[in-house]
Amino acid sequence: MTDRTSAETLNRRRFLGAAGLAGAGAALSAIPALAEAAKPEPLITEVQDWQRYLGDGVDKHPYGVPSKFEKNVIRRDVPWLTASAESSVNFTPLHELDGIITPSGLCFERHHGGVAEINPADHRLMINGLVDKPLVFTMDDIKRMPRINKVYFLECAANSGMEWRGSQLNGCQFTHGMIHNVMYTGVPLKVLLDEAGLKPNAKWLMLEGADSAGMNRSLPIEKALNDVMIAFAMNGEALRPEQGYPLRAVIPGWEGNLWVKWLRRIEAGDQPWQTREETSKYTDLLADGNSRKHTFVMDAKSVVTNPSPQAPLKHKGRNVLSGLAWSGRGTVKRVDVSMDGGRNWQTARIDGPVFDKSVVRFYVDFDWNGQELMIQSRAIDTTGYVQPSKDDLRKVRGVNSIYHNNGIQTWLVRSGGETENVEIG
Amino acid sequence: MSKSANALTLVLAACLLGGMTGPSAAQQMAGRDVTKPSAKLGLGRAATAEEIAAWDTDVRPDGRGLPVGKGTVKQGDDLFQEKCASCHGEFGQGVGRWPVLAGGAGTLKADRPDKTVGSFWPDLSTVFDYIKRAMPYGNAQSLTNDEIYALTAYILSMNDIVKDEKFELNEKNFTSIKMPNAAAFFEDDRETSEKQFWNKNPCMKDCRPVPKVTGRAMSIDVTPDGKSGPKVE
Ligand code: HEC
Repeated sequence: MTDRTSAETLNRRRFLGAAGLAGAGAALSAIPALAEAAKPEPLITEVQDWQRYLGDGVDKHPYGVPSKFEKNVIRRDVPWLTASAESSVNFTPLHELDGIITPSGLCFERHHGGVAEINPADHRLMINGLVDKPLVFTMDDIKRMPRINKVYFLECAANSGMEWRGSQLNGCQFTHGMIHNVMYTGVPLKVLLDEAGLKPNAKWLMLEGADSAGMNRSLPIEKALNDVMIAFAMNGEALRPEQGYPLRAVIPGWEGNLWVKWLRRIEAGDQPWQTREETSKYTDLLADGNSRKHTFVMDAKSVVTNPSPQAPLKHKGRNVLSGLAWSGRGTVKRVDVSMDGGRNWQTARIDGPVFDKSVVRFYVDFDWNGQELMIQSRAIDTTGYVQPSKDDLRKVRGVNSIYHNNGIQTWLVRSGGETENVEIG
Repeated sequence: MSKSANALTLVLAACLLGGMTGPSAAQQMAGRDVTKPSAKLGLGRAATAEEIAAWDTDVRPDGRGLPVGKGTVKQGDDLFQEKCASCHGEFGQGVGRWPVLAGGAGTLKADRPDKTVGSFWPDLSTVFDYIKRAMPYGNAQSLTNDEIYALTAYILSMNDIVKDEKFELNEKNFTSIKMPNAAAFFEDDRETSEKQFWNKNPCMKDCRPVPKVTGRAMSIDVTPDGKSGPKVE
């Protein structure tokens, strides 16, 4: 108990120092004494409807839905981004969520030809190409194979892509919401490949979807045999249609576009296919006009989800700063937070499970005296990679690469608590 | 065997199965040598030649997968106006926000690069492979191979990669066509070119001068209004 108290005091002192406030005294006096309500609250002194009358019985919602007071917790799109909703994207409301698991219905969507509606009884997975025996599997076949459960983040390589030239979108839902973190149930891809028998010259696989975009991507064989899985369930139930029901690829730590949904075919070959999604898209154009290809891994990244523009600070005194951090190269080892635009940093508290290639949740419990803050976070992973500033990233990449923008985000908290997406220099 | 012994066997069998499906089994599988055949599960059935032919339509840069067929720029122009121009524009310039397919040569270093089939794509095979699987948008896999050759030829001509209206593209001359930006792609080199981001001692104190706000999303004002999201029932 005493340990904890002293740790908290220390934490606060560190914050006060880090935030560069006038002095500890000033900050402390900003914390209001426990206010005493002038009048007794009717919410307490009067019997409320929900206390008197019977509520809904069981089975009102055979499949439960969130409270009606949570109506604002929804995916949102940016209509001007794309020409048609069937080839578009919407964003996870990160500022409304906590912990590390993204509820299935809030996982962002990205489709190239709309959501394929497939009866699992009609779904087939074919493995062909450089294999001893080309095979066709039914969903029943796949569900008879040894299963694994894994929590992984999926981040679209274009997450934060609108921010290369400067702050554009005012909300972490829009700047960082092309990510979700889900527990998958499925089968290691290796198991299926072993059934077909890979030929020794099989160096690449092509994964292909059954949707109207026939989404296809090339995947190096080392990755395929290492940790790739074929999943049929997310967060304990069947995949949602918009996440590839009944079957999708799970490519831990690598860009979301590779995680082919509605997976219908895997072809083994001796070289990459150079599909549209790995040439026209998902290559990173640098300032000198050359482009990086096969930039599969998602670099370490983090974002403070609260406060953020859609979730401003509402109270002086005690507050919880909360955020997410992840790395495609391994596990998040540490997250640092700055309140003064990167001048001074303190290490945040990571809470909840820490898995390989999964997001972690971090917190800084702090007191706010109403002073303007420039909030940033930086993730450090087990390979020693430190999330760079946006300017450091632009120095190597220029501003035209669209993909893989993992630069440090700055939120400006104004004295009234309003929070906005800013660039600093 | 007594009843309880039977029960014990069942429990043991269940444990073994449990072990097989656990993470350690997965790790073992991941570590196995590809070339060594492992015990097969005996699941799945052989794919027939007709089934493979129906789905395996992909085309690679070396021409593998190209079907027999042909089509001219002129034929492609007619088809394009009929089936593609409503979105991509008569000359591939793009209508509204629909994708641009032509132009942009020499813009890749510019402030606003114009990445099109002509200015950016490294391989012609990608055009064939993609149209075959995904276009026209909303009516995928409705084109014949000859039509796709013709459309590909027209896209080449819109991008000044072929100049002659009578040019015919077919499976034999396909791989002789080189794309202007083919040499500009290189393998991911972040681990060397960005090695400064692996930093053992990231600065914690007095790391930079007092920052100033240099740009605000609010002044650009393109964020959808969070309060007016789609209705949820
Ligand atoms: C109804 C609108 C529409 C029509 C008609 C259409 N397309 Fe498209 N096309 C699209 C969209 C949307 C995309 C991007 C899809 C995505 O997001 O993956 C696209 C992408 C493409 C691309 C890739 C562009 C790039 O830069 O990556 C090519 C090539 C293409 N279409 C060719 C054609 C051809 C050839 C036809 C006619 C047979 C055609 N399209 C008809 C909407 C259309």
